Amino acid sequence: MPKIEVDEMRCKGCQLCTKACPKQCIEMSDTFSKTGYYPAKLAKQDCCIGCAMCYQVCPDLAITVFK
Amino acid sequence: MNAITKRPESLLDVTMHYCPGCGHSVAHRLIAETMDELKIRERTVVVAPVGCAVFADKYFNCDSIQGPHGRGPAIATGIKRAKPDSIVFSYQGDGDLASIGMAEIVHAAARGENITVIFINNAIYGMTGGQMAPTTLVGQTATTAPKGRNPLLQGFPMNISEMLSKLESPRYIERVSVDSAPNVIKAKKAIKKAFENQVNKIGFSFVEVLSICPTNWGVTPLKGLDFLREKMMPQYPLGVFKDEKESVAQKIQEGK
Repeated sequence: MPKIEVDEMRCKGCQLCTKACPKQCIEMSDTFSKTGYYPAKLAKQDCCIGCAMCYQVCPDLAITVFK
Repeated sequence: MNAITKRPESLLDVTMHYCPGCGHSVAHRLIAETMDELKIRERTVVVAPVGCAVFADKYFNCDSIQGPHGRGPAIATGIKRAKPDSIVFSYQGDGDLASIGMAEIVHAAARGENITVIFINNAIYGMTGGQMAPTTLVGQTATTAPKGRNPLLQGFPMNISEMLSKLESPRYIERVSVDSAPNVIKAKKAIKKAFENQVNKIGFSFVEVLSICPTNWGVTPLKGLDFLREKMMPQYPLGVFKDEKESVAQKIQEGK
């Protein structure tokens, strides 16, 4: 099953990936990261299709896509 | 399960200082991927501008030089002429290129230097705190135009790509955007072509990248995307403005 991993130390919580995801799998976490942002997270398991659209728009290269 | 995405080798493994949502870092990644794919990292020199991207030399894993405000294309000209085998690109913002550096970019383009210029257009001065740039849209507010840009006082925005495409020497000019995944992929193609042109000694290549600047526009990154699509894109239409296959030297030889 494809999935993404978000590097919480890199994510600045800009939310661009939430809009880019065609399946709306990505949500913002409701707890602060160590860097002081609300990082993105994969909200639903079995939802990701591994299209890497989120990787394309992520300004901070915080997302790694696995397939 | 394998990772299908990985950080390009040409981009150093550090967190960038850009604001959340900024398009600069996407452009950095696209350039770094291009350097990896063309295997030119070892001989590439980045000319960092004055502006938000002033620390570009800390992010690109290649040789670098940081020039005075707006003088990127002039410095790139010097490096390229002294070391013709190197791949030189000037990375500039709209305050740097379209305002103080207007003369340098126009003359470098008119001379047809075999360099690549990446121009990030976010319609505002970023690093200095949101002042009006030559590319600021009519009606758009800035700290030096609190009631919005008034064309009677400050004139209309400048379309740099269209202006440069009227010159004879530039070989490739395209305007792209990094607002959505499909547009990012198109931007990558444009940047790659601009570098390939330099490798193949075709001549001056220029890519204008429309980007959001949520901090200085005073909006969230997602609202910034809407502003870019609804307001910026009608003023700055995406597309190829010039695409010549032959270098100027080839054209002169053939007597065209």
